[in-house]
Amino acid sequence: MRQFIKQNKLLSFAVGFVALQIILALFAPILGFQDPYQQVMIQRMKAPNAVNLLGTDQLGRDVLARIVYGYRTSLVTCLTAVGLALLVGGMLGMLAAYYRGWFDRIVMRFMDILFAFPILLLAIGVIAVIGPSTWGAAIAIAIVYTPIFARLLRGPSLVIVESEYVMGAKAIGASDLRIIFSHLLPNLSSVILVQASLLLSAAILVEASLSFLGLGAQPPIPSLGLMLSEGRNFLLLSPWPAIFAGFAILFLSFGFNLLGDALRDTLDPRLRSDN
Amino acid sequence: MRTSSRFIVGRLIDLAVVLFGVSIIVFMMIRLIPGDAVAIMLGANTEITPERIAELEARIGLDKPIYVQYFDWIWGAVRGDFGTSIWTGRPVMSEISANLWPTLELTFLSVLFGAGLSIPIGCFMAEARGKGAEVAVRIGAIAGLTIPSFWLGIVAIFLVSKLLPGVSALGYVPFTEDPLGNLQRMILPVIALGLPMLANLSRLVRSAMLDALSQDYIRTARAKGVPQRGLVYKHALRNALIPFITSVGVATGYLLGGAIVVEQVFAIPGLGRLVLGAIAERNYPLVQASILVMTASFVMVNFFVDLLYAYIDPRVSQ
Repeated sequence: MRQFIKQNKLLSFAVGFVALQIILALFAPILGFQDPYQQVMIQRMKAPNAVNLLGTDQLGRDVLARIVYGYRTSLVTCLTAVGLALLVGGMLGMLAAYYRGWFDRIVMRFMDILFAFPILLLAIGVIAVIGPSTWGAAIAIAIVYTPIFARLLRGPSLVIVESEYVMGAKAIGASDLRIIFSHLLPNLSSVILVQASLLLSAAILVEASLSFLGLGAQPPIPSLGLMLSEGRNFLLLSPWPAIFAGFAILFLSFGFNLLGDALRDTLDPRLRSDN
Repeated sequence: MRTSSRFIVGRLIDLAVVLFGVSIIVFMMIRLIPGDAVAIMLGANTEITPERIAELEARIGLDKPIYVQYFDWIWGAVRGDFGTSIWTGRPVMSEISANLWPTLELTFLSVLFGAGLSIPIGCFMAEARGKGAEVAVRIGAIAGLTIPSFWLGIVAIFLVSKLLPGVSALGYVPFTEDPLGNLQRMILPVIALGLPMLANLSRLVRSAMLDALSQDYIRTARAKGVPQRGLVYKHALRNALIPFITSVGVATGYLLGGAIVVEQVFAIPGLGRLVLGAIAERNYPLVQASILVMTASFVMVNFFVDLLYAYIDPRVSQ
């Protein structure tokens, strides 16, 4: 263990940094934070102090508690979105590479068309249809990321499908499903891990943008993007909620980006961005 | 020559297919809205009667078969006619063109800022690889990638209003009316929007330069005595710019999306504000038209970037 940390300093740091934030979000209710919905009207817009470590917002709610619960909203939304996109997009990409032919052409054409939309614009369009909510944001991000995962997994799958061990498996009569799940999928796991982490980093920013625009989580749900847009209106009276919420988004997104970069370096040195 | 004209024809077919698909998706959008879109469009203030619904349906052509509706709509779109806005009664196209210019200016200046500065910064990072200053710039680049641009905008507005009272950082004045005021108000939005692009492209220039610098022709140039500066800026940079150009195209699409948020932060009356306002008012023809216009421009930008790419690097079209 100590040896591993020593050899993979960046990865260890990234894992620790992300884990810390996930633990905070996961165990928020038992870690003794204040109630994020509790309004104390005589304590509005306070600067950081001993009772409210990060101050209070325009309704006298504890900013620290709202940030920790905002992490929960953000992580649940983005993990759902990236998970769904990985499931649908990744599956389509693998199947397209495996079956080739017309299936490949039709699926990838459709993915190209979805990919042609600017990311945030497509997400906004989806929400215009299904309505603004936390789940609306999750579905919108999932749809936007589906073609990205399909493209990301199709490429390496094409190479694996042509490999000798897949030919061998086919020769001894392994079923398509068996080849996909026990040969293709395990060999894609490092690509999946790296890309899921990098895309989570970007998804956190998209989710924050959507809630900032009023198209994601709705008040009074604690949400980082919402804190920014609410805090903006009271900026000159009390900049604290907006400033801390921004740092929270930055740390969360930065953590997953660093994790993705470090995973890439560790899992597959050939993919390293710099030699 | 034959290969390159075949390449262009191939790309034109791709372009047509993608634009057609995009238009179908945007067209279907309004028909996927749960509940009766027409009743929604009539709004809460109007009494909803079957006659009113039928009248509005006829006005926007919802009483015709769906493929006729699509062809009517797309034929109008090609001619720049998206019908009239439900609330204001003005042509949708005139609302779009009124909001087009601020978005175009914001996007163009941000690309200029992000792409322009990324070349010297990327070259610096490649040249000074491993030194303390370079590591600091690299960490700054990751931070720049993950800083939410709207937060950066909010913090900038806050700092300006605290430190430089009297300087207006919000809103928009047309360049033709007040060039200085226009540019002054553009500075903060352009930095907020362009910074992630700057970070991304700097990293790209860095790795492309490192790649180029390790090539044989660089060794040859060095052997014949080309000075380091000429080596980096003349020999290596030219080849490093090839992947750079594709990324500028892709990044422009991100900017178009990001512009929606930055316009909201800085109260710039652009396409983003138009879309968001239209969604809030449930003005669906306007939502459709603005999404179609923005996406089509993004697709066109990428199409021309592809052609440019093939022109610069003949290997691509073969």
